[in-house]
Amino acid sequence: MFKQDQLDKIATKKEKWAAKLEETVKKRPERQAEFAVDSGITINTVYTPLDLADRDYDKDLGLPGEYPFTRGVQPNLYRGRLWTMRQYAGFGSAEETNQRFRYLLEQGQTGLSCAFDLPTQIGYDSDHPLARGEVGKVGVAIDSLADMETLFNQIPLGKVSTSMTINAPAGVLLAMYIACAEKQGFKKSEINGTIQNDVIKEYICRGTYILPPEPSMRLISNIFEFCSKEIPQWNTISISGYHIREAGATAAQEIAFTLADGIAYVDAAIKSGLDVDNFGPRLSFFFNAHLNFLEEVAKFRAARRVWAKIMKERFGAKSPRSWTLRFHTQTAGVSLTAQQPMVNIMRTAFEALSAVLGGTQSLHTNSYDEALALPSDASVMIALRTQHVIGYEIGVCDLVDPLGGSYYIESLTNSLEEKALDYIAKIDALGGAVKAIEYMQKEIHNSAYQYQLAIDNKKKTVIGVNRFQMEEAPPTGLLKVDLSVGDIQVAKLTKMKAGRDQAKVKALLEKVRTTAMSEANLMPVFIDAVKEYVTLGEICGVLREVFGEYKQQIVF
Amino acid sequence: MSEKRIRVLVAKPGLDGHDRGAKVIAQALRDGGMEVVYTGLRQTPEQIVSAALQEDVDVVGMSILSGAHATLFPEVVNLLRAKGAGDVLVVGGGIIPEEDIPALKAAGVAEIFGPGTPLANVVNYIKDKIK
Repeated sequence: MFKQDQLDKIATKKEKWAAKLEETVKKRPERQAEFAVDSGITINTVYTPLDLADRDYDKDLGLPGEYPFTRGVQPNLYRGRLWTMRQYAGFGSAEETNQRFRYLLEQGQTGLSCAFDLPTQIGYDSDHPLARGEVGKVGVAIDSLADMETLFNQIPLGKVSTSMTINAPAGVLLAMYIACAEKQGFKKSEINGTIQNDVIKEYICRGTYILPPEPSMRLISNIFEFCSKEIPQWNTISISGYHIREAGATAAQEIAFTLADGIAYVDAAIKSGLDVDNFGPRLSFFFNAHLNFLEEVAKFRAARRVWAKIMKERFGAKSPRSWTLRFHTQTAGVSLTAQQPMVNIMRTAFEALSAVLGGTQSLHTNSYDEALALPSDASVMIALRTQHVIGYEIGVCDLVDPLGGSYYIESLTNSLEEKALDYIAKIDALGGAVKAIEYMQKEIHNSAYQYQLAIDNKKKTVIGVNRFQMEEAPPTGLLKVDLSVGDIQVAKLTKMKAGRDQAKVKALLEKVRTTAMSEANLMPVFIDAVKEYVTLGEICGVLREVFGEYKQQIVF
Repeated sequence: MSEKRIRVLVAKPGLDGHDRGAKVIAQALRDGGMEVVYTGLRQTPEQIVSAALQEDVDVVGMSILSGAHATLFPEVVNLLRAKGAGDVLVVGGGIIPEEDIPALKAAGVAEIFGPGTPLANVVNYIKDKIK
């Protein structure tokens, strides 16, 4: 990127400067013995063209919207349209969540993001013994199409895009969404949205797995195939580093483990007979935006470059759309403190800004009270307004990749890429992501433990926790999920089940069973079943019988 | 000097899959000299109590971030008592609203460690209680 004589001149000057620096440090000792980002990369005092001497602009950076997409997936990015402001929401009953969705849309949110309760995520109906105490707690309870219809009442599914945080039973929930949209009068091809559908990270760190890896990967490939034909605008998977980071991974591990999972899904789909350019363009990603601002900006840029190379070079994808890493971002839940919760507004704002400077396609900003409870209406509003300030007031969206070309950002992007590639090589050597689940768990746990020790010994400052503490009154205005939600949901479910044509339900479940045991695609069968109000728990129950359940290995 | 090591069961009741905290605490207790068994995810109160009895632990530490603590923590305490293990120290952590703590303590949970608790506080609390 620089001419040799320029570099020589800078090198000579820098040598002299280094002597001066040494003198200065003697007089003004540095605050820390060493400066480093969370991924363990040492930070120098200053960066110059010397740090990028071996780089090639065209090969390493290119222009926005062009390979290797370091500078972004769109030529004009936010000059065309801002990212989708998408607040993750869902709690209690379908009625309550429907109200929250409509409130968010009225307030200027541009897409929906649905949280499901844990029984739904694990494929249990609300009346299952293991659902006790969990119904409606961390998201909305969806047992059947009836609940889905209530959830999207008066929300036109052909007009909004919806992201659903659903993994193991993603196919069944997608089937309900399709059935619901069709009932509203829309065609399949008109709907738009995302299912998370990333089971490997459930094994690694998020915990809402159901089936063992092999049938899970088959279900995912079924969804890829079905969507490429029937709902071409649908994002069939959101390969998630978010939870890997939340569980303790560093930024470099977040890139590596996420993309290694991505490699496993692409491998499985190709093995099932699909063409990489058929499903490749619909793969999407989900990252965390953590506190180390510049490291995060570099992380997003590095992830885009690594994925582009993987798709082009490793899998031979021909379509540029297969090469692009499009991603959703959520600010770091783990960075929120229960102490002095208002400070979380600032943390979230900086994290969100890093995602925007990193070129995210959609964004969720956390609410300041989330270390205490599910967010209240008031805290959700501030979180959304934070995105509005970034998008409309501070001018960072008027050009693409404004930090590109910073010696430090480029150098850090390179270092993170190198670190991530090292991890990916290790995972490849273990036989791929599915085989490397325990390896990744161990790495993540070690990072989490080191992070906590750094807070405890005050190497890492957390305001309100280990520095600048103060006496506080207990927080007020927290959201409380009504404990009766579970009972009401179970009563509704019981009534709905009794009103069905039982013979039809039985026949449809039998169809699920025989299809599961065959090699055929399960999606059409799921759609037929949910249309007759066969429940999520009933369908997943059959899948459990056919395939068995995943057993977690305990690693710490 | 042949002091018996404190035995702890770290457990994840309910369906919540967030076990970063549980594992970090488990490691800190182990590094603090205790014998630690971690149950893994999705444990029913019955499974937790049966593991506690089988492992003959002095302490059961549970972590929940899903909001199901009000239902599940007291069930574990009650089951321990019913099995004649009411002397096992039961502590909890996770996202537990301040206002829920008195009811949990009344139900027999000895202490709740919220977000931001230094590891040493948990280690020292347990060492102090189990002598």
